[in-house]
Amino acid sequence: MKRTSKILAAALVALTGIFLSPARSADPADPAASTAAIKVAAAADLQYALEDLVKEYNTKNPTATVAVTYGSSGKFFAQLQNGAPFDIFLSADIEYPQKLEAAGLTIDKIFPYAVGRVVLWAPKTTPVDVQKLGIKSLLEPAVKKIAIANPEHAPYGRASVAALKSLGIYDQVQSKFVYGENIAQTAQFAQSGAADVGFVALALAVSPKMSNVGSYWEVPFDAYPRMDQAGVILKASGHLEAARAFRDFLFSPHGIEVLKKFGFSLPEK
Amino acid sequence: MDWQAISLSLRLSTMTTGILILIGLPLAWWLASTRWRVKFLVEAVIALPLVLPPTVLGFYILVAIGTRSPLGQAYEAITGSRLPFSFQGLLLASVLYSMPFAVQPFAAALSTVDRRLMEASYCLGVGRLATFFRVTLPMAWPGILSGIVLSFAHTVGEFGVVLMIGGNLRGITRTISVSIYDQVEALDYAAATKTSLLMLIFSFIVLAITYALQRKPVQVWMTR
Repeated sequence: MKRTSKILAAALVALTGIFLSPARSADPADPAASTAAIKVAAAADLQYALEDLVKEYNTKNPTATVAVTYGSSGKFFAQLQNGAPFDIFLSADIEYPQKLEAAGLTIDKIFPYAVGRVVLWAPKTTPVDVQKLGIKSLLEPAVKKIAIANPEHAPYGRASVAALKSLGIYDQVQSKFVYGENIAQTAQFAQSGAADVGFVALALAVSPKMSNVGSYWEVPFDAYPRMDQAGVILKASGHLEAARAFRDFLFSPHGIEVLKKFGFSLPEK
Repeated sequence: MDWQAISLSLRLSTMTTGILILIGLPLAWWLASTRWRVKFLVEAVIALPLVLPPTVLGFYILVAIGTRSPLGQAYEAITGSRLPFSFQGLLLASVLYSMPFAVQPFAAALSTVDRRLMEASYCLGVGRLATFFRVTLPMAWPGILSGIVLSFAHTVGEFGVVLMIGGNLRGITRTISVSIYDQVEALDYAAATKTSLLMLIFSFIVLAITYALQRKPVQVWMTR
């Protein structure tokens, strides 16, 4: 038994060695490791708008590239509270950045960068004309499943629920809901035809991948609380200057133009 | 195809398997040889990841290594970096998550080895450790190898735990399965199809190897 314990001890020592070794991002061929890549946590409605901008930014700034992770704002908020190593957080609302600021996790001011819009989107395969019927299309018998972002942690889900309530239709259609983890997954549910219609972000609906295979009806802007989308730079960021540079790039005339192209209206001020 | 995610998954799986060999073999050897009455409790703990939802495991690990836990704080004090949303954190989670896939086949294989052969070896003056490496291990080899292959493959395919504690960071915690999830959400079905097909082929090869190993009779080693 003594020998066994020796092996165990050796294994433990080896293990400790592995875990105590400094955080290394391994091979130098790895682009994320070799350059000062700033990590952006972005609300999923930015998927396509940001894709173009980031590609451009990275060709212009090969030494300080940007890598984006898309997801639901609420999930990012929870992760950031637990020390997720993002440099910038682009939320789909303004409350999450405000809460991070209140918790002392941010640096610089919160920057509102866009106002989000909710649309009701249907694929061509759904025999309902959403453009003509508007919100009433949800009552059509052909609409059996309605994709909606999870209101627990996705701002677009909360906006969709608010809109349905203010349009007085929520109780009638609630049983048809299927919940996407974030707005991109919600769009995917509808785009693939798994759900007959979906409440998605305008910014996703206008992308070629969705506009080619379906149509949308814009939910009246006053039916839900204004979706101010704001971003923030995290205090724990190791690349403050690079993060600020990317933030400023978003607010450059070109950045604003791209955001507008994807259906975002800009915050006044 | 997302080669960065593929290489990350391979690196994670290789390191996980390596660690599991280091701690799994002694553990399996102990399980196979002990007559301790409450051994079943240890076995149950090791098998937990088989039945626990990955979300539960991921949640517990996140809490356990987070910035608010003593463990997480101690790690940060010693290394200066944090475990959640890092490659090291993912490695720790993978080791726990894939442990039954290594230890169970290891223990099963080691327990089939005839004790009399080991005792004969002891009588001939060979030490316990040498006996383990020169008699026991070679005889249990097919089972050991299938444990290695399974834990490697299981780590490659890991999804729920990675999503819970990885944070989906490119080049750091975005593994191949998370990358496929991303591609589907981005409606990039072409890329998702390619990567998924690769995974399908990989899984088939792994299972084919595993069953081929199990088919091989252990006597191959005995008749030498």
